[in-house]
Amino acid sequence: MTKSEVKLLGAWPSPFVMRARIALNIKSVSYEFLEETFQPKSQLLLDSNPVYKKVPVLINQDKPICESLIIVQYVDDVWSSGPSILPSEPYDRAIARFWATYLDDKWYPTLRSVRGAKGEDERKKLIKEVGEGLTLLEDALNKISRGKDFFGGDQIGYLDIAFGCFLGWLRVTESLTGVKLLDQVKTPCLAKWAERFCAHGAVKDVMPQTEKLVEFAKMLMAKMAASTPN
Amino acid sequence: MGSEDVKLFNFHASPFGQRVIWALKLKGVDYECIEEDIFNKSNLLLELNPVHKKVPVLVHCNKPIAESLVILEYIDETWKQYPLMPQNPYQRAHARFWANFAEHKLLVAARIARLSSEEEQEKAVNEAREAMEKIEEEIKGKKFFGGDKIGYLDIVIGWISYWIPVWEEVGSMKILDPLKFPAINAWITNFLSHPTINDTLPQRDKMVVYYHSRRKEVSPS
Repeated sequence: MTKSEVKLLGAWPSPFVMRARIALNIKSVSYEFLEETFQPKSQLLLDSNPVYKKVPVLINQDKPICESLIIVQYVDDVWSSGPSILPSEPYDRAIARFWATYLDDKWYPTLRSVRGAKGEDERKKLIKEVGEGLTLLEDALNKISRGKDFFGGDQIGYLDIAFGCFLGWLRVTESLTGVKLLDQVKTPCLAKWAERFCAHGAVKDVMPQTEKLVEFAKMLMAKMAASTPN
Repeated sequence: MGSEDVKLFNFHASPFGQRVIWALKLKGVDYECIEEDIFNKSNLLLELNPVHKKVPVLVHCNKPIAESLVILEYIDETWKQYPLMPQNPYQRAHARFWANFAEHKLLVAARIARLSSEEEQEKAVNEAREAMEKIEEEIKGKKFFGGDKIGYLDIVIGWISYWIPVWEEVGSMKILDPLKFPAINAWITNFLSHPTINDTLPQRDKMVVYYHSRRKEVSPS
């Protein structure tokens, strides 16, 4: 398969784009990365994801696939000769999918809303919820990894990818609030897992630097403050 | 495999639980259904689904699985007869995409609409209709989302065939206008005429009572 047959439309700060990149890296797929311009949204984005107009979009032989976790599963299905991303047993797959859904539907939206919290009380409440979620995930890691390095076992898998992509923004939130969220005391296994994940060959080149993300976050917040009427 | 191996913790009016019932029935899998009282959840349910404390929960060989879409894929991977997901990876991605869309855009809006009134309800009804328009385009020219046979996406979206009319009654609103959505309505007719789909539907009058009580909780007038 030639390089140009596989394209990924994305943006460097997006944790969701990162998921797709890690999956492609695990499978050693050559692909062309297209950084989306956003202002305005490119015609390619509008054509390939008319429903949501969002990144990431994987384009394989001119067919677009949208939604990051769907892309990850698609990559796992298509490049089946490479290392497996989803676990092999149906029950383990169900558990991985359960936690990935929890992360997308509950945990990450809570993390995101910390930055936009109105007032200290709301911020504290949301931070507490993020922490409670991390406790659940610490517990899940212990059960699922069965003593190995990752949720996926010896190698990173679906849930590692689903969760690990948020580490950059987790650190941004820690930096902006001054609160340690991923605590080596409260969640020691997760803390070690995070280090291993970020150092992994399929991850390290696509994980944005925290300082760059913080700058980006501050720019976004300034834009929002400027456009919000008093 | 005996029915003692498969248990479903459910609530009769849950559209999420209904998906699991349809999947198990289409595959001919025996199971024991345990009805939960939503207003007084059992300790067992809370142990089986501590994260969300909700139905449905499928328990297979003593291992619990929660979240209806996760359960559906588990069922399809465990019992190979009557495959629900498409075989082709691209078509699988396509089915998952629309399942996700229907869940986050249509179901969420329809739920808000059945619980709210006036401006909030009007906004939610419009969002539900917009989502419905996209689904209308998807089903045009097909008997089922799965093609000739009922598949994963039919089961995921199937709730609209029976729950939307109830919610419309409870909320005094209209989302699924047959004139605006002829393809969806044709699909609904095909879907509900399938004996397995039809035979397992919950009692409508009980559902109406339940959804009225939910609405009263939120807007007592």
